[in-house]
Amino acid sequence: MRYVLVALFLVLPPAPALAQVDLSGSWASLYHEDLPERLPGPELGDYMGFPLTDAARLRADSYDADRISVVPEYQCRPHGGDYQMRGLSNMRIDPVLDPVTQQLVAWHTRMGFQEMERTIWMDGRAHPDDMAPHTWSGFSTGTWRNNMLNVSTTHLKENYMRRNGIPRSANATFTEHWVRHGNYLTVTTVITDLAFLTEPLVRSQTWVSDPGQRMGRDICEYGDEVPRDRKDYVPHHLPGTNPFLHEVADWYGLPYDVTRGGAETLYPEYRSKMPAPDKPKLVCERYCNCGVGANAICLLAPTAPRPR
Amino acid sequence: MPPGAHRPAATMTRRVLLAAGICAVGLLPALRAQTDAPPLRVYPVQGAVSVIAGAGGNITVQNGKDGTLLVDTGLAASAARLAAEVRARYKGPVLWIVNTHLHPDHVGGNDAFAQADAAKPVDFLGARFDGTQPLKIIAHSNVLARLTGPAGANGVRPSDAGLPRDEYATPFKDLRFNDEPVVLHHEPRAHTDGDTIVYFPRSDVISAGDIFTPGGYPFIDVANGGSVNGEIAALNHILDLAVPGHTQEGGTAVIPGHGRICDEADVVEYRDMVVIVRDRVQDLIKKGMTLEQAQAARPSRDYDAEYVTATSFVKAADFVAAVYRSLTAK
Repeated sequence: MRYVLVALFLVLPPAPALAQVDLSGSWASLYHEDLPERLPGPELGDYMGFPLTDAARLRADSYDADRISVVPEYQCRPHGGDYQMRGLSNMRIDPVLDPVTQQLVAWHTRMGFQEMERTIWMDGRAHPDDMAPHTWSGFSTGTWRNNMLNVSTTHLKENYMRRNGIPRSANATFTEHWVRHGNYLTVTTVITDLAFLTEPLVRSQTWVSDPGQRMGRDICEYGDEVPRDRKDYVPHHLPGTNPFLHEVADWYGLPYDVTRGGAETLYPEYRSKMPAPDKPKLVCERYCNCGVGANAICLLAPTAPRPR
Repeated sequence: MPPGAHRPAATMTRRVLLAAGICAVGLLPALRAQTDAPPLRVYPVQGAVSVIAGAGGNITVQNGKDGTLLVDTGLAASAARLAAEVRARYKGPVLWIVNTHLHPDHVGGNDAFAQADAAKPVDFLGARFDGTQPLKIIAHSNVLARLTGPAGANGVRPSDAGLPRDEYATPFKDLRFNDEPVVLHHEPRAHTDGDTIVYFPRSDVISAGDIFTPGGYPFIDVANGGSVNGEIAALNHILDLAVPGHTQEGGTAVIPGHGRICDEADVVEYRDMVVIVRDRVQDLIKKGMTLEQAQAARPSRDYDAEYVTATSFVKAADFVAAVYRSLTAK
């Protein structure tokens, strides 16, 4: 009998843990997806790939990047919870365990840029009600489905979906699907925003395990960088006056209508009816070979446009 | 115990049940009304400050060893439930009420607290025999003037006891309560001409009244002295007072007149929205557009999806009209 019990002990699998996969450790972001947007940053007026509403398009057209320097309250803001995974930053994931039961209570993430932190609650708690404060990272809960961690996030502060003024409202929510393949971690983000998207926005990001990483501090101090004569001044462009909106079409030889985004432009069928570019380009002039060889992180770009 | 001993008790029980049944039938409409009313919800904010939602406008509560200070009192229809909630949840008497402005969803409960306070005996100098002060209701003098004026605040006026007769007419007024400074700042010609924001520095909370209503356009009550530029100045003043926490989040809590508990970053988004729509309307005025033409141009159309819902008090055209009128007022 004793031998049977020992054999059973050896053969039977351990009790299933709430954490199906161990996500803990240090991760380095891979930028092969959407590299020019994520490293050097998006061009003004580039709304490609976004199922925008007209309201979102006008809001983005009105955006003036001076706001970040002129308005001190913007200077130390981190990305929103939905954008954090896309930013220029490494990540550390720590499990939060119940000290008595050793059950997983939450995953906690920390990133280098602006010391962004998130907590993904795994203990089945409900999301707070509509009076609760909204935060940059939002309120996240997670559940496992086989080896995929599904995360639901609400209570976000208003922020951006792209760093060129495409807005994301405080009423938006997003889901994520975290999958670990050995040393790689892929996170797919699906944003629903009835104010600014006509259909959900789907993006994905991939990370590689980086055990030797040490995450330092990123201490930010805000202050007036330029004098403001009027306190009621917020930099923005009045409708129809933004002079930079054609740049991206001109620099890359694209039809202007394509750069305006919209759900229709996301799908392959759009190619068949896409208009011809206003100023076709035969030679790459901007962000050429970005992400390749010596230009791995686009430090060599952009090159100066050739005189016409 | 003899068997017959049960009979009177049983008879009594039947009578009690019958009486209770009759009472319950009689009370059904009242009970239904109680059930239909949205429940009051109480949320701790920070320090000695909490907020009660569901009685009309948000009600800020500061409570401690001295008693309770309320910022606004909600709708008159919710006053009884509010008074019961305050009695049940907070120790000590309500000694101060600050009205942020004159609208009935913020002063409607004044009467209930004032009448309860008036029932307590006072000595010949007006002090309570237990040594506490009588209830004082404070607001800017423009609130008192409008509540007692010919228009009577759009027809809704508290009784004499419920009026904010402890009015102030200076840029600010301060007092100390529960070992905390309480600073009242008058914000001239903002949402109305009598707006007060209340700053609790030790608790690190600002109660903003209807100057700040996240999720809805501000109601710039031009008829009661409001203006868009005063609204922007008031929002900027809140930003001056608020000190954010790490990553410009948290820190000073800002309780809006309606809606969720906020912080500086939420006020920044709101201020930016008001400034940008103001600038656009100003541009349309410079182009010679009439109010109707300006409304047709929909200068707030990229904000409407965030700030207007089917139940919104201020629709997009109302907001544009208020901005237009306050910019063109002589």
